[in-house]
Amino acid sequence: MMWIVLALGLWVGGWALNVWLARRNTGTAALVVPVIFGVALLFLWEGLVRGLDVPLVILPAPSAIWTTLTASIPTLWADFVQTVLKSVVPGYIMGCGTAFLTAIAIDRSPFLQRGLLPIGNLAAALPIIGIAPIMVMWFGFDWQSKAAVVVVMCFFPMLVNTMEGLQASEKMQRDLMRTYAAGYGQTLLKLRLPAAAPFIFNGLKICTTLALIGAIVAEFFGTPIVGMGFRISTEIGRMALDMVWAEIAVAALTGSLFYGLIALAERAVTFWHPSIRI
Amino acid sequence: MRSILPITTVCTAIVAIWYLGAVFLNAQWERDQAERAGTEISWAQILPATMAQERPMLPAPHQVAIEIWETTVEKRITSNRSLIYHGWITLSATLLGFAMGVCLGILLAVGIVHNRAMDLSVMPWVIASQTIPILAVAPMIIVVLYNIGIAGLIAKASISAYLSFFPVVVGMVKGLRSPDRMQLDLMRTYNASAWKVFWKLRWPSSLPYLFTSLKIAIAIALVGAIIGELPTGAQGGFGSRMLNGSYNGQVLIIWSALIGAAVCAGLMVGIIGLVQRVVLRRMGIAR
Repeated sequence: MMWIVLALGLWVGGWALNVWLARRNTGTAALVVPVIFGVALLFLWEGLVRGLDVPLVILPAPSAIWTTLTASIPTLWADFVQTVLKSVVPGYIMGCGTAFLTAIAIDRSPFLQRGLLPIGNLAAALPIIGIAPIMVMWFGFDWQSKAAVVVVMCFFPMLVNTMEGLQASEKMQRDLMRTYAAGYGQTLLKLRLPAAAPFIFNGLKICTTLALIGAIVAEFFGTPIVGMGFRISTEIGRMALDMVWAEIAVAALTGSLFYGLIALAERAVTFWHPSIRI
Repeated sequence: MRSILPITTVCTAIVAIWYLGAVFLNAQWERDQAERAGTEISWAQILPATMAQERPMLPAPHQVAIEIWETTVEKRITSNRSLIYHGWITLSATLLGFAMGVCLGILLAVGIVHNRAMDLSVMPWVIASQTIPILAVAPMIIVVLYNIGIAGLIAKASISAYLSFFPVVVGMVKGLRSPDRMQLDLMRTYNASAWKVFWKLRWPSSLPYLFTSLKIAIAIALVGAIIGELPTGAQGGFGSRMLNGSYNGQVLIIWSALIGAAVCAGLMVGIIGLVQRVVLRRMGIAR
């Protein structure tokens, strides 16, 4: 009972503090408020789990997750290497790379563009993750099959975004390049690719999450005895939910870092764009 | 209309590549069989044989088409070998979850737009949660809900809801904020209450954003329902069909489930697009 009251009190206190901070309308509020919210949420979770005696098989407390996380770092690191470094990163680079090159290759053919854009848009909405069992069958249980799933999942969003981006430069600007007597290659390199950068980075950002999801879900269909998806599915089978949550925490952290990395690169490359320049 | 020819060309090319791939991927197996039998096999024999294997690496398109035909038209809908039966299981979870997720998303977006504290505290987490591979957690949610006593439809639907509510929140917040200063000031000069501003200005101008989000949400809701079916095993649905096919090496079942899911996704996105066109045209904001 103590824990519940304490947790609820902290929650209300945090919320009141947030309301007060939000009304102050200072620059730091935008940074502090979400942090307070997150911490209060964690405390609410901890308090409720302890106070209500929620069994471990339903929801472990954050402290229990943290203990497991720190106690099993070697396992988690091995899973991270298998899933992220071996499957996600090569798959992401290959998938986004081929999509980018394909978009540039069909750039000169409006015929192919008109055919591929609707199909790419449709394919981006399809449950592509379903090819995971097929890829496992083709490429075996190791990281190759996961990388293949990641390649296919990244391909269409990236293709569609790059194709849209390549059409983003205005007619005026292209005419200007023409008056400079710039060839196709020069126009592409100096005008159209920079203009396409915000779209390309949008595609890259979407693909970060897709790549992680693809690799982890593909591991549900068969893996060597290491990997984040493998760990999640087997630990669920053993009802060791604290380990599952530790793995999820690692996945969440990886996803956010991956996304943040791309976002940083975007800031560096598209420094001229109005949404960054403020 | 003028894009019909390019689209058919690309589709034909995809089918042609598919056939080629089927021949090349399946040829090895035929050669191995021939070698084991101690006979020579020529391409003329391999070619038709690759199209009719029972467990091919890559089934030819017509094999998948026949499988789909047999499991949809020729089976009774109530039979658990029918693809329509499995499709309906997945689709009902998808639609329920989609409805839950959209309602939750819209409510949250309204709260975020009208309450600054909520905006500052919740919005960064909503965006951060987009970078988390939530789908990977889906099987765990199923198991946890099963332990509490919630199984089947609701459990799967809650995953769909969880996935589909993010695009709706992000899209709706953008949409509800899309009226510019001038329009808001005009409402102010009319002495309109917050409720009136919401109902007559913010809500109508957010609809184009809402429909775009709905398309993303329904697609991801379907994916969520399929993933949610992976740990439940034999209970049915596209996901369990894929898993069974993968365990038993029945490639045709995986492919037919995959195509079935793709058709469902395409249909649902298409229906939302249709509703979008009708609604926006009647409201006079169609492009």
